[in-house]
Amino acid sequence: MSIDSTIKENRGNIVIVKYNAGNIQSVLYALERIGVNAIVTDNHEEIMAADKVIFPGVGEASSAMNSLKENNLDAVIKELKQPVLGICVGMQLLCTFSEENNTPCLDILHQPVKLFRPEKYSKIKVPQIGWNTLYDLKSPLMEGLAENSYCYFVHSYFVPLNEYTIATTNYVQPYSAAFNKDNFYGVQFHTEKSSVVGERILKNFIEL
Amino acid sequence: MEQNINSSGASQSPFRGGGAGAEGFAKRIIPCLDIRDGRTVKGVNFENIRDAGDPVELGAFYAEQGADELVFLDITATVEKRKTLSELVNRIARYINIPFTVGGGVSSIDDASVLLKNGADKVSINSAAFRNPQLINDLAKEFGSQFVVLAIDTRLEDDGEWYVYLNGGRIKTQAKTIDWAKQAVDLGAGEILLTSMNHDGTKQGFALDITSVLSDLLPVPIIASGGGGTMPHFVDVFTKGKADAALAASIFHFKEISIPDLKSYLKEQNIHVRI
Repeated sequence: MSIDSTIKENRGNIVIVKYNAGNIQSVLYALERIGVNAIVTDNHEEIMAADKVIFPGVGEASSAMNSLKENNLDAVIKELKQPVLGICVGMQLLCTFSEENNTPCLDILHQPVKLFRPEKYSKIKVPQIGWNTLYDLKSPLMEGLAENSYCYFVHSYFVPLNEYTIATTNYVQPYSAAFNKDNFYGVQFHTEKSSVVGERILKNFIEL
Repeated sequence: MEQNINSSGASQSPFRGGGAGAEGFAKRIIPCLDIRDGRTVKGVNFENIRDAGDPVELGAFYAEQGADELVFLDITATVEKRKTLSELVNRIARYINIPFTVGGGVSSIDDASVLLKNGADKVSINSAAFRNPQLINDLAKEFGSQFVVLAIDTRLEDDGEWYVYLNGGRIKTQAKTIDWAKQAVDLGAGEILLTSMNHDGTKQGFALDITSVLSDLLPVPIIASGGGGTMPHFVDVFTKGKADAALAASIFHFKEISIPDLKSYLKEQNIHVRI
């Protein structure tokens, strides 16, 4: 696996949104491995002034939304004009609504977040835990990646395919592994745990 | 697309064992590192590793070789040593770019929370969960089922039943493995790490029967452990054993099987793996 994820152009200050997401430390370290120093903050001015914003997520949708609302971060994120990268539950919260505890979300991408419902005979297990392939890659976020590159997924809910899908994965059915609408990007997999492929995607985001 | 990397060729290697709708989903190979006082034990035999006792260096080597996850088991976890463990977990998260599970002495939300905050992706619980099943439920509610791996040490007895053992296999219980695994999943365990004491250390192959029974019965992934000695054993555990992942320690540490060779072999045998 040879992939160059060394940052060539570190464009300005990178902010990770601080709320109750569990994987912030891992995202911070992944950025460090590719040579990027990010700050973790819930300060509105610092987030709005950032050149790039990363919106991580591990956990349950309604408690994540509540945590955002406590600090009015929901309103701040919706107004952002710079590139924003939602990871896993962070991606899902950018959508309209999640079936996970019937949670209204930020409605930036007008899509529902649905539960995997495999046919019983299929023996497909939920949550999906493990490595799966990305295909039909589009967008500069996926630059340098081969079709069928592997990323690490841990989730029970998914964003359906839509006109903004920039990478597809198949589990139970094909769905959006990643999307890009305007300045908002979302990835369902964990870039911070997806070996060199994930590090390359983070590098691509930083260099957008 | 300036550079092509990590081409998997999903078309050449249809996913087997998962049925329709998961063609790209890979079976996982998981090296296990036993840790004592922040160092790997049981020994390793690698010329290309500067310090074979450093779990981070060894883990990073396996990650580079294509391991899909790592398990770190702290075999002497005591209260005094907990700081050592949390510092180690933090270093692992910092330098290793694949998911990892930490086990050993986790018996409360607080224990797990420290590991999560330092970057562990999952915790493995065993005896403490058996003695206090509510722990599974508490951890799943607090951190999600994907964070909770239930480890079971099991032995096939003369009566033909698989029983649960505690304290690293030293204490027998009257609980049958199938019953305990089912209860644990109902309580919120997200994966089962099943070690057959009959097979562990023998290098004669994994416990295919109990692994496949659990895999058919339970809606969560099964990680098979104990007995992997040759590459065909891994084929068997993914096909006949229907395991989602296979874990091994000494065969990797002593270079009896290298992960790249194993994965190439599995792919030739039409097992879908990440290469």
